[in-house]
Amino acid sequence: MKNTALALGFAAALFAAPAFAQTAPAILFDVGGKFDRSFNQAAFEGAERFKRETGQQYAEFEIRNTAEREQAIRNLARRGASVVVAVGFSNRAAVETVAKEFPDVKFTLIDSVVNLPNVQSITFREHEGSFLVGMAAAMASKTAKVGFVGGMDIPLIRKFAKGYEEGAKHVNPQIEVIQNMTGTTPAAFADPTRGGELARGQFDRGVDVVYAAAGATGLGVYQAAKDANRFAIGVDSNQNHLHPGTMLTSMIKRVDVAVYNAMSDARKGTWKAGATSLGLKEEGVGYAIDTNNRALVTADMERRINEARDAIIAGRLQVTDITAQR
Amino acid sequence: MEDLVLQTVSLLASTVRLAVPLILCALAGLFAERSGVVDIGLEGKMLAGAFAAASVAFWLQSAWAGLAAAMLVSIAFALVHGFACITHRGNQVVAGMALNVLAVGLTAVLAFAWFQEGGKTPALADAARFRPLQLPFAAEIGAVPVIGTIYVRLLSGHNALVYLTAALVPVVAFVVFRTRFGLRLRAVGENPHAVDTAGISVARLRYEAMLASGALCGIAGAYLSTAQSAAFLREMTAGKGFLALAALIFGKWMPIPTLFACLIFAFADALQGRLQGVELPGIGEVPVQALQALPYLLTLLLLAGFVGKANAPRASGIPYSKEK
Repeated sequence: MKNTALALGFAAALFAAPAFAQTAPAILFDVGGKFDRSFNQAAFEGAERFKRETGQQYAEFEIRNTAEREQAIRNLARRGASVVVAVGFSNRAAVETVAKEFPDVKFTLIDSVVNLPNVQSITFREHEGSFLVGMAAAMASKTAKVGFVGGMDIPLIRKFAKGYEEGAKHVNPQIEVIQNMTGTTPAAFADPTRGGELARGQFDRGVDVVYAAAGATGLGVYQAAKDANRFAIGVDSNQNHLHPGTMLTSMIKRVDVAVYNAMSDARKGTWKAGATSLGLKEEGVGYAIDTNNRALVTADMERRINEARDAIIAGRLQVTDITAQR
Repeated sequence: MEDLVLQTVSLLASTVRLAVPLILCALAGLFAERSGVVDIGLEGKMLAGAFAAASVAFWLQSAWAGLAAAMLVSIAFALVHGFACITHRGNQVVAGMALNVLAVGLTAVLAFAWFQEGGKTPALADAARFRPLQLPFAAEIGAVPVIGTIYVRLLSGHNALVYLTAALVPVVAFVVFRTRFGLRLRAVGENPHAVDTAGISVARLRYEAMLASGALCGIAGAYLSTAQSAAFLREMTAGKGFLALAALIFGKWMPIPTLFACLIFAFADALQGRLQGVELPGIGEVPVQALQALPYLLTLLLLAGFVGKANAPRASGIPYSKEK
């Protein structure tokens, strides 16, 4: 009897709603985890900034496998979150399903687009930012061979790769760009061992600057670059601090700003559904210069990159967006 | 010509780096299974070892201390397995699987609690890692074409654990096939009643095998987190323990064939990385998905076509009791 009571109490505790106010926002992180020092961590920092500035808690969920997505988003929606922020393109189908079930709940989807009246879709023009770091790579390379390590083989990651390649060729039309994809499942964003091995393979082929767009897998790439004393380029968050001296720069994608804006707009009542695309013009993407890489990026490199940035913003320089061509 | 040699050598060097954890785990499995314990827990022991190595190496700033910790923790896991299925005659597969699940959960929780980096351990400095070693005369021989490339890039320039693994394969072969302990080990996996009748403790022999298995898995774990990478990450073993088990079956529970099975798996893995985006003559560019299926396709083909009947140690998987 006592055991039954205990079990019931335990079960009740499990199913009880966590203690957050009705208007709190919620965020769902993707497979790499919120400490991937890259994409998800940027989202996490946006949410933390919201918490710091408003003093309001947020609900969060880190999924461990793809099967959990829909269930997790539905749970967050059911608990009456002010806005459910789903981080990552893989959540597209799940958001679409759940948003139809809860027409009164607001959803913000990052990195993909769902056309529903209660969904805000935020995408980034990563090809523009990648173009700039591609230029940096080409200018820093002595072997005229630069590398790219992608996470999962999907159009979104190919978009990074294409922009990077075009940026490198903008500087040196003869440059060779060697590309690798880590895998074909979301686990490819969380496999640093394989990332390191792919980078080593590229170094053996003469690559001396490698750009990783691979979430936590990139950590292995940056480590391999440090071990081999080659340059690496970070992605999504500013990753220059990871290995000062060998991190040439980082392609910053302001996922943090997107998450922060979604949460604080929902709080202020200014949240709007619809699709938004953030690029160089909106400062949604860019490249990072800080004390960790100041010595690696020369004034001349910076000048040329900034010229290209201005040209892209003004529309004088076109960067191919492979996802737009489908 | 020189470029072709360089590419081939670099592919083979990558194969060696990828094969090391497989070889160590397969040898661990060889001890356990030869003694009659099905060791599906290789994955969990390796993961626990990887976590112990990264944590201790970080605290003490010593790769060797990390290695020792990895071996101890992995041995502790092996003894739990032994306690469940040797002493208490539990189901070996279930106990092994339980260890795997335990290792996944425990390492993530402890890493989170101790380091607050979301299930990672802090990145290790060079002093706390196994770094590549240069074999003697690398600079002199390196100037010689072909041979120099092979010496410098394939034979030299690996870390201490790679050379240790290379040395362990013949040692294990010798122990299992040329020593009294090895004879008894094989006998206890085939016919434990005969061994018992001869007055030798079945349980003791199996526990000794588990000790060896734990120690080897620990080295594999340390290799993953302190040599190949510079930190522990959640589930970083990524199924290598199971692949090692497949290699062991493929190698018919013999050390040298198992070594080659591991090398073939690692080669396929290394190859798929190199072939991505490369135009193959007559075929064109092969899709990434097809290339990444290569190691598994190869496994299926080899297991189906070339291995023939694999005879497991006869008593493998059966808990020993005197009555039956």
